[in-house]
Amino acid sequence: MQSKNSSVKKPYQEYFSKEHDMLRQAMRDFVKKEILPNIEEWEEAGEFPRELYKKVGDLGFLGVTFPEELGGASGDIFDSIVVNEELMRSGSGGLAAGLGSLGIALPPIIYKGTQEQKEKFVKPVLAGDRIAALGITEPGGGSDVANIKTTAVRDGDHYIVNGSKTFITSGIRADQLTCAVRTGGEGAHGISFLVIESDTPGYSVGSKLKKTGWWASDTAEIFLDNCRVPAENMIGEENMGFYTIMENFQMERLQLCVMANITAQMALEEAMKYAKKREAFGKQLTGFQVIRHKLVDMATQVEVSREFTYRIAAKINAGTNQVKEISMAKNFACDVSDKVTYEAVQIFGGYGYMRGYLVERLYRDNRILSIGGGTTEIMKEIISKLI
Amino acid sequence: MEILVCVKRVPDTSENEIEVGSDGQDIDRDDLVYSVNEWDNYAVEEAIQIVDKVGGKVTVVTVGDDESEEVLRREMAMGANEGILLSDDAFESSDGKGIAAILKAAVEKGSYDLIMTGAQADAGAGQVGGMLAAMLDQPYASLVNSIEVIDDKKLKVGREIEGGNQEMNEIQMPCVLSIQTGINEPRYVGIRGIRKVASVDIPVLGASDLGIDSGSVGNAGASVKVQDYFVPVFGDGAEMLEGSTEEIIDKLIELLKAQGGLK
Ligand SMILES: Cc1cc2nc3c(=O)[nH]c(=O)nc-3n(C[C@H](O)[C@H](O)[C@H](O)COP(=O)(O)OP(=O)(O)OC[C@H]3O[C@@H](n4cnc5c(N)ncnc54)[C@H](O)[C@@H]3O)c2cc1C
Repeated sequence: MQSKNSSVKKPYQEYFSKEHDMLRQAMRDFVKKEILPNIEEWEEAGEFPRELYKKVGDLGFLGVTFPEELGGASGDIFDSIVVNEELMRSGSGGLAAGLGSLGIALPPIIYKGTQEQKEKFVKPVLAGDRIAALGITEPGGGSDVANIKTTAVRDGDHYIVNGSKTFITSGIRADQLTCAVRTGGEGAHGISFLVIESDTPGYSVGSKLKKTGWWASDTAEIFLDNCRVPAENMIGEENMGFYTIMENFQMERLQLCVMANITAQMALEEAMKYAKKREAFGKQLTGFQVIRHKLVDMATQVEVSREFTYRIAAKINAGTNQVKEISMAKNFACDVSDKVTYEAVQIFGGYGYMRGYLVERLYRDNRILSIGGGTTEIMKEIISKLI
Repeated sequence: MEILVCVKRVPDTSENEIEVGSDGQDIDRDDLVYSVNEWDNYAVEEAIQIVDKVGGKVTVVTVGDDESEEVLRREMAMGANEGILLSDDAFESSDGKGIAAILKAAVEKGSYDLIMTGAQADAGAGQVGGMLAAMLDQPYASLVNSIEVIDDKKLKVGREIEGGNQEMNEIQMPCVLSIQTGINEPRYVGIRGIRKVASVDIPVLGASDLGIDSGSVGNAGASVKVQDYFVPVFGDGAEMLEGSTEEIIDKLIELLKAQGGLK
């Protein structure tokens, strides 16, 4: 039997295989039944239940790109894109960011850590039993990573850590923080990564930060006051942390592109549905050319941005350096999602400003994307050195 | 226990707005998202649970085009052990009897103690399970909402009957059961399951492999044919409320108040 919609197709490079499609379907199923019915409540509560980590972990959806022997699925970049996109389909960037904090907290341990460190700090996180966060940003600055002030001074078998970290995603509930600390002199060459467990004496967490968007993720300031951290928690070589941070940023930025694109995509879909339904001056909104053209511009931008991101993902997947391109893609995608979420709210009129409408949340959730993981300005600084 | 579960790829009604196509012969199938028929998924879960308890093997089978393979693979990722795709141009546009005849031929190629179907699929006719049982000359129970294995010859099955009442039956194997939703809580497909089945070969059997005369199935063999699809015109006294859920609720409350149904 020939399927009705399979006319003769010439092959072209597809980013997603049948196996990726299966993963997408499986994720979508899970999100639809376990997340969507509760998401409004979790957004208002400012967090999702801790058990969700376990449920997602049991299905192997946490850290799909990480090695199988650590509890990942040894997947490729497109596996992680699928998971991210489908989590974002919950309509809550906060949920995706919260479940996803391990995606930025674990790679330094996985790629630079010892076997014992992986056993202790990676496996239980991928199983959904422990929560991991990444701590780079400090109250004094986030962009200027080379200038962090939190110190770690060696004392026998321990490091004594002093300082604070802020805006830490999953920071309220994290059991472990992959924390950038200063172990050496000033500048980039004096930075190291320590894994600090939240039950270490001297580790404390401020109250949950109230944010514009990403409500379902808990965000915290973390204080480190004479925290005695075992020296065996040092990830990789001492004073080499800056380079690990920079490598880690590449994947975070790719996922931020993905989040921006899907945020824009959802805003577009909502706006299209609404414009067909809503009437003004006796006709549908789509009856006004200005609205139709607005939707066309939105759709065009979304399409172009997504293709650019996927293309870069494919190149990274093949092992090509894409530092310049990924920085460009992040700025481009965030620019598109800024515009598209803005216009989607505009098309919804007053309803677009009301809680309970997805476009209202997308508009708020979107704002962080051009700040987190390196601001637009920092992306431009990187690009300017590479063109 | 050897269990065969018949599954079907159907449009996912939660992902699509189903509309009648312009020719009135079918729904508009462009850009539809498909998934496994919900009832069938419950049947597969039940089969996996039985095999987990008493041992054996679950095979999933579907009649469909090459794209139907994806539902077999999905059910295998969930835990079914094997899949069989029954596919042939001659099978296209089969009626319920045609589908049952194709399935019967596949059943006879194996040796199954228990055959399950969903209670119904997208067409809503709910014919295949009963017809398949009749063709196989096997006992049949419909709308099954609980199964308990008594021994290797008998099952105790619960059936949902009128008014939410429950009936319990003992049934001899081999038999055919059509499964009602809610019989269990189907598990989610995880990535390890997907990895396991991603490159497994799924055998495809056509009319000649099954020893089926092409003229007896498909459009040629169908004695029930869809004549027309249309959306009925609204009768008098019916009013469709439109708008967002909140708007609809507000309008409904107003209406109920106006008609004296709410004080
Ligand atoms: C919701 C949320 C979640 C976050 N999660 C985490 C997390 O999990 N872990 C973590 O470590 N951090 C996290 N962050 C922090 C985030 O990475 C930083 O906010 C970001 O890097 C910017 O740092 P900053 O806020 O200190 O701004 P600053 O660095 O003070 O920048 C302020 C402004 O100055 C501009 N600027 C700075 N330097 C330059 C320059 N050289 N040239 C031109 N312009 C410049 C910036 O672009 C920006 O516009 C999160 C932030 C938010 C809001």
